[in-house]
Amino acid sequence: MKEELFVSGRNIPGIDPSLAIWHWEIPLYLFLGGLAAGILFFAGLFKIMGKEKEMPAAVKWTPIVVPFALVIGLAALFLDLKHQLYFWRLYTTIRIESPMSWGAWTLLFVTPLSIVWVAVYIKDVFPNWRWPLKFIDKLVNALRPNMNYLAWIMMILAVILGTYTGILLSAFNARPLWNTGILGPLFLISGMSTAAASIILFSKKGKERKTFIKINLGLLLAELVTIVHLFMGYQAGSQSKLDAANLFIKGDFTHFWLYDVGFGMLIPALIYMLLLKFEKIPYMIAPILVLIGGLLFRIVMLDAGQISGFVY
Amino acid sequence: MRYAMAVDTKKCVGCSDCVVACQTENNVPIGYCRDWVVETVTGTYPDLSLEIRSERCNHCDNSPCVRCCPTGASHIIQGGIVKVTADKCIGCGACIESCPYDARYNHPEGYVDKCTFCDHRVAKGNDPACVAVCPTNCLYFGDLDDPNSSVSRAIKNRTWKVLAPEAGTKPQIYFLT
Repeated sequence: MKEELFVSGRNIPGIDPSLAIWHWEIPLYLFLGGLAAGILFFAGLFKIMGKEKEMPAAVKWTPIVVPFALVIGLAALFLDLKHQLYFWRLYTTIRIESPMSWGAWTLLFVTPLSIVWVAVYIKDVFPNWRWPLKFIDKLVNALRPNMNYLAWIMMILAVILGTYTGILLSAFNARPLWNTGILGPLFLISGMSTAAASIILFSKKGKERKTFIKINLGLLLAELVTIVHLFMGYQAGSQSKLDAANLFIKGDFTHFWLYDVGFGMLIPALIYMLLLKFEKIPYMIAPILVLIGGLLFRIVMLDAGQISGFVY
Repeated sequence: MRYAMAVDTKKCVGCSDCVVACQTENNVPIGYCRDWVVETVTGTYPDLSLEIRSERCNHCDNSPCVRCCPTGASHIIQGGIVKVTADKCIGCGACIESCPYDARYNHPEGYVDKCTFCDHRVAKGNDPACVAVCPTNCLYFGDLDDPNSSVSRAIKNRTWKVLAPEAGTKPQIYFLT
C-alpha cells in the first residue's frame, strides 16, 4: 500500500488533485483542426486528380466549412489562453522543438489559404454570388487556372495540421496516455474520417457519396486498428502506461468503448457497409455519428490524458 | 556551473517552513505555492515506512517545459535554473501539461509561475529562501560542479534518489534516503 498526501495543504486550482488545465476549448479545437485538415486534404487531392466535376462536394462545397471551423477553433484556443493579451508572442519566434509553435505557424498559413480556396469556387456553389469589389473578382479569376499549385501546398499543410493535433499531445512525456508515437497518425486518421463524413453529408451525387462512403469505411477500419495498436502499446509498456490504459479498462473512462468506439466507429462502419449494398437506408445517420464520435474521442483523450501521470 | 538541491528525507519533519518562506520571499499569491511538502506512507500496518519530502521544480537538465514552450517564455539561465519570462508567456498551459512533477501553475495574473531557485538571492551569494529558513537544515543548495559545495558533499556521502527518473527529464533535486 502506498499513500501520499500533501502536508503543506497544496490545492492549486486546475492542478490538484489531478491536472485539469485544459478544458473544452482544446478538444473542440483539436476536432475542428482535424476536420479542417481532412476537408482541405480531400479538396486538394481530388483537384489534383482532375475530379473537380465528379467530386463537387469534396472540392467546392465542403471546403466552405473550413474557414468557419478554423476561426471557431482559433477562437477556442484564444479563450483557453490565460495571458491573452500576449498571444502575439507566438509569432515573434519559431520554436522547432515545440509542436504548439509549429501549429500556430501552420494555422497562420492554412486559414487564409482556405479562405482563398473557398473564394475561388464560391460562384460554382452560389451562382448568384457577387464580390463587392471588382479587383477581388479579377484576382479570383486569375487564380483559378493555377489552383493545382494551391492544392499541393494545401495538402502538405493539411497533413501537418492534422498530424500536429495529435503530436501536440504526444509530445508531453509527463502524460503517459498521450506520450505515444501512434497518437499523431491516429488523430490524422480520425480527422480525415470526420472530413469524409462531412463530405458525405454535403454530397448530392450518388457516385461521389458512394466513393466517400468507401473512403470513410476504410478510415474507420484504419482508426479501429490504430486504437487496438495504441492499447497494445500501453499494455506492453511501463507501469505509468499500464495505469493510463487502466483508466479505459477499469477506470472512469470505460464509456470510451461504448460511445467512441461503439457509436462513433463500429456502428457507422456497419451502416456504411449496409449502405454499399442497400441504397434505401438514410445515409445521414452514419456520418453524423462519425462527427459526434470524433469530438467525443478528443474530449475523452484530453480528460483522461491529464489524469494520467507518473507515480513516485 | 550547475545549481542543484539536496533534500534530506531523514531530517525533514514536514514543518512547511520552506513553503511559507517561499511564499513570503516571492510574493506567491494566496492559495498557490512554488514548493510543497509531501508525506508518503508505504507498507501495511504495522510495517510502515514514512518519507517526508520538500518538493519543488526539479530544474531538469532535459526540461520538457522549455522544450514545449511555443514562445520561448520558458528558458534556462546560467546554472541550469529554469525560469519563465512573464511578458513572453501566453498562458497556454503547455509547460504545465509537460511537467511530470506538476511544479508549475497559472498565476492569477495569467502567466505561468514556478520556483526560480530564488535566483535573485543566489546571484547575491545567498541560499534560496527555503534553504535559508529550514529549521532542521535538511535542504542543501549549491553548485554541482564545485566538489566542495554543500550539495555536492551531501550527495557524495549519502544514498539518494530523484523523482520519476523514468520520465527522462534528468531532475536536479536529489532526495537523500
